[in-house]
Amino acid sequence: MLVCLGLLGAAEEKRSGYDDAGPQVRAMQDDDLANPAFLWVQQGAAVWGQGCADCHGAVEGMRGVAARYPVVERGRVVNLEQRVNECRVERQGVAALAPEGEAMLGVTALIGLQSRGMAVAVDVSGPAAGHVARGEAFFRLRQGQLNLSCAQCHEQLAGQSLAGARIVQGHANAYPIYRLEWQGMGSLFRRLRACLTGVRAEVLGRDEGLLGDLELFLAARGAGLKVETPGVRP
Amino acid sequence: MVRPLLNVPREVRAGVAFEVRILIQHAMETGFRRDAMGMVVAQDIINRFECAVDGEEVFSATLHPAISANPYLAFSARLGRSGTMVLRWVDDRGGEGREEVSISVS
Amino acid sequence: MMVLPRRAFVLMAAAGVVLPAGVRAKPGEVEALIRAVAGGGVVRAGRVRLAVPELVENGNAVGISVGAEVPAGAVLTDIHVFADGNPRPGVAHFRFGRLSGGGKVATRIRLATSQTVHAVAVFADGSCWHDSVSVLVTLSACLDD
Ligand code: HEC
Ligand code: HEC
Repeated sequence: MLVCLGLLGAAEEKRSGYDDAGPQVRAMQDDDLANPAFLWVQQGAAVWGQGCADCHGAVEGMRGVAARYPVVERGRVVNLEQRVNECRVERQGVAALAPEGEAMLGVTALIGLQSRGMAVAVDVSGPAAGHVARGEAFFRLRQGQLNLSCAQCHEQLAGQSLAGARIVQGHANAYPIYRLEWQGMGSLFRRLRACLTGVRAEVLGRDEGLLGDLELFLAARGAGLKVETPGVRP
Repeated sequence: MVRPLLNVPREVRAGVAFEVRILIQHAMETGFRRDAMGMVVAQDIINRFECAVDGEEVFSATLHPAISANPYLAFSARLGRSGTMVLRWVDDRGGEGREEVSISVS
Repeated sequence: MMVLPRRAFVLMAAAGVVLPAGVRAKPGEVEALIRAVAGGGVVRAGRVRLAVPELVENGNAVGISVGAEVPAGAVLTDIHVFADGNPRPGVAHFRFGRLSGGGKVATRIRLATSQTVHAVAVFADGSCWHDSVSVLVTLSACLDD
């Protein structure tokens, strides 16, 4: 057992949350007709039809996009939600979607679905490197009343059990997800808030640069895992 | 209501059972949950679901708060001739959903 | 090996399952409901099979299926599902019409805690059949916003 610990840092074996989930959760994710996330995908398709398609054509053209997000642009990290709203506001000339509203969850799930099965491959070169490093520093920082870092749970304790739940490696390759605990769909940010609240740490602001850095680091750390969007988690 | 995800074959063989699967978007509020202010959130669930072909019942369900959010139902049907399958459901607030599928039997 | 502080377990173990655990159906309530379904007749084992995973990661959505074996000439009319550890034991009542393709139904249910799930199948001749499964519900970990 002891020998197994700490190997993740060496990228020995990356396991997605799917690999560590029980058979029922996996079965739900495997079957698009049983995966409730597809109710949101359907709403996303309606959003896509209201303007996005005019410029982008069929959504299948988005294949590969989610696998390389987030990206670094003009000194900041841009995730898929931000890109979608940039298109709406600056190009389509309509109001931004609420960042965690059903429409945004739906359209990002729909775009993510186009990359399902592709390997996560974000660009970490050039200006991105600094962001990844800042994200990693945050990941290793002990914080909150419990004085725990993300890494302590998701590297050292991964594979063990916490109050009946298995601790996963904490990858971001299935987002947005349908989570049984939420009884609904949620973004990566919502998941991260849950983890931060869990250790009684201060939650990052949505527009804090550090959140983008962390999301980029998580993607880089999960490089090579297959995109599972829209995933199902307990 | 948002449209459900419905899976029904459009063409079936006479007398051969086939599966109907439906996933409906609904919070299925149990009536036990408290909101951020500590107030109990009123129960609001899909309490009734019916499936019939040309008016004849295939399957129906009376549901309680123990049915999960975004309810999923799978059941089967067996038809002797072509017809229109109608699926209907109602929730505690009177919200209604309805889907219709023509099924041809050979 | 790193060990989580005990406090961490306590703080993170809050589950947030929507049905309040601890408020169980009264003892005997499910038995009484089953007797009512049977209308005083005998309830036998057999002919109905309830499938529920014995270990559940999250009680908010537990996939179950009920299948009745319908012998030639017999007609299945109803399947009832009860959960004895939920605050209210009724889960669902399914009815099977003439165009139903055999006595099978699958759905997803909420289980507030570890408990026993029951299924009762009723046939047109009034005969009643019962099956049950004990389920262990583990909690999920992170607290929620
Ligand atoms: C006390 C342990 C703990 C700490 C500390 C913690 N997490 Fe988690 N995290 C969990 C658990 C447990 C889950 C899985 C819950 C589930 O889905 O069953 C999880 C899930 C995740 C997931 C989703 C994985 C998936 O497959 O969907 C990500 C991403 C994540 N954590 C990132 C982080 C980050 C970033 C931090 C630091 C800010 C952090 N976690 C801190 C316990 C922890
Ligand atoms: C007026 C035309 C226009 C409309 C309308 C529009 N976009 Fe865009 N979109 C663009 C252009 C131009 C780009 C940048 C060029 C590129 O990367 O393809 C872009 C880029 C994107 C990207 C990033 C692609 C990549 O490869 O990085 C996504 C994702 C996207 N749009 C989604 C949407 C969505 C979702 C909608 C509807 C809500 C939408 N767009 C509406 C023109 C538009």
